[in-house]
Amino acid sequence: MTGTDQPILETRALSKRFSIGTRFSSEGRRVVHAVDNVSLTVRRGETVGLVGESGCGKSTLARCLVRLYDITDGQLLFDGDDITAKSLAELRPVRRRLQMVFQDPSASLNPRRRVGDLVAEPLRVHAKLTSAGIRERVAELFDLVGLLPDHVGRYPHEFSGGQRQRVGIARAIALNPDLVVLDEPVSALDVSVQAQIVNLLADLQDKLKLTYIFIAHDLSVVRQVSTRIAVMYLGSIVEEGPSEEVFSAPAHPYSQALISAVPVVETTPSGRRKRIILSGDVPSPLKPPAGCRFHPRCPVAKDRCRTERPALVEHKSGRKVACHFPASV
Amino acid sequence: MAALAIFLLIVFACLSAPLYARWAGVDPFLSTLDAVITIDGQDVPVMEQSTEGLGLGYTPLGPTWRLGNYFLGADNQGRDVMARMLYGGLNSLLISSAATVLTLILGTAAGLIAGYFGGVTDTVLSRFLDILWAFPIYLLAISLSIVTIAEGISIGPITIESGSLWLPVIIIGIVYVPYVARPIRGQVLALRNSEFVMAAINLGVPGPRILWRDILPNITTTLIVFVPLMMALNMLTESALSFLSIGVQPPDASWGTIIQDGQALLYTRPLVALAPGIAIAVSVMALNVFGDGLRDALDPRSKVRLGRD
Repeated sequence: MTGTDQPILETRALSKRFSIGTRFSSEGRRVVHAVDNVSLTVRRGETVGLVGESGCGKSTLARCLVRLYDITDGQLLFDGDDITAKSLAELRPVRRRLQMVFQDPSASLNPRRRVGDLVAEPLRVHAKLTSAGIRERVAELFDLVGLLPDHVGRYPHEFSGGQRQRVGIARAIALNPDLVVLDEPVSALDVSVQAQIVNLLADLQDKLKLTYIFIAHDLSVVRQVSTRIAVMYLGSIVEEGPSEEVFSAPAHPYSQALISAVPVVETTPSGRRKRIILSGDVPSPLKPPAGCRFHPRCPVAKDRCRTERPALVEHKSGRKVACHFPASV
Repeated sequence: MAALAIFLLIVFACLSAPLYARWAGVDPFLSTLDAVITIDGQDVPVMEQSTEGLGLGYTPLGPTWRLGNYFLGADNQGRDVMARMLYGGLNSLLISSAATVLTLILGTAAGLIAGYFGGVTDTVLSRFLDILWAFPIYLLAISLSIVTIAEGISIGPITIESGSLWLPVIIIGIVYVPYVARPIRGQVLALRNSEFVMAAINLGVPGPRILWRDILPNITTTLIVFVPLMMALNMLTESALSFLSIGVQPPDASWGTIIQDGQALLYTRPLVALAPGIAIAVSVMALNVFGDGLRDALDPRSKVRLGRD
């Protein structure tokens, strides 16, 4: 893991806007700013955690990163290669190296195909293998993710949620990708199963030298797996930095509130933390507030925050915060 | 299941039409005005000279209720109505099932393409189907039949002669395409945004393969449900066209043409028109009941309904 290498994935001011309604509907055409001006750099071998509450654009960003959505603005570079505007056919070789695991394994596996067939699909499309070679590779992958060889012929509904997610992971790593985008891979699972999947992902990262972008709203999971985290609020990144530093000393008022909400097992009464409760709701991404997006709910907002939007700037080596008045880091 | 049994009984009866004709020793396509048959040792002419008025015209033989011997009587050409019923049913069934296959293939293809590719493809295809849909089915079918019935169709190397049974098959097959394409398109649209299709796109699976391997297997239940319901609709349409003499052409028979033959004999021999009418009603009802049952069994939450909502 050398930090000076070319980043495996880089976004430059990436934005995704959805139009809803038409010129003829009562409110006219409106635009949802789902992802707004995100610049993120992911280096080989690291795990970048992407956190934020529901609806902040994490999943949209994930789908932009693998080009399941077209990008409205900005640039997306994969291993130095600009893939912002590549067509489906041009993307095909990129897809071998850039994979995704979806949140809900019962929705992301075709209910009418056997799991062995599902895992073999990427091999059939990309790899020039004989059918015996494919069978062999599928067996290898099943072993790698902890499924039994005789599971190959079963249908997805015959599995538990955790096993299904293992199938989803096997499919994603079938082609030995460089980067895997994990879109809330454990949110749909029971807590005990979550730990198994998280451990499996960590093992696979070691064995296959994978880079992860790990999206979750469960901060304790993210903290456990990530080397670096980025906090999102209303489509933008508000804070970014090494995982432990951000968790122990969050600089942005939103990160502070978010991290204070993580339940912890109190071991000593002296360690009692103050819970920051935010007032109000997340504003609609249809009409984001002027100035700093967070100002209507921010406990430390001043006049400047209402008019001027803070940029994501580096305050300390590796720590970036988008706030005019960050807590000292 | 009882409905299916009734329908299958009709199918087997019709399939045995050539056997019945040979056993009864009648040619259902040849007019036999001067034939004489023997019933209970008595010779009875098939066509009876009218005794009223000026003594002109003939009244065909009424039902004898003897299987193999003008069971349902004769029609105005002196032909065995029972044998014609079976042959006609065979034609009706063949045409409606071939048309069903045609409708399902065209409708599924249109629905898959429109739903999956979206954008301009969807707009053009959907508007074209809307135009088809905008015509009353029978008006469209009748117009198409009238245009093609005299000359047949000749597109490139494919030539269909004017008397061919393929003509009603193609016409009926085409007019019902929007009925199938619409619901299929809706389903494909929903499936296209499902996560497993997203996952397949993300794996770099080419579009046609996604359609074939991921989407098509998920709409097969809908297609299966469509089969009996479309069959029933097609049978009705086929009978209507044949009744108007723009479907099956004489001397070939179909239930529709037999009703037409019976029209002139409605006062003297009502059974000639009544029998095929009953056959149509029973088959269509059986198919509809079976289709509804099939839908409930396969997909209780399905919203597929034939006809316009």
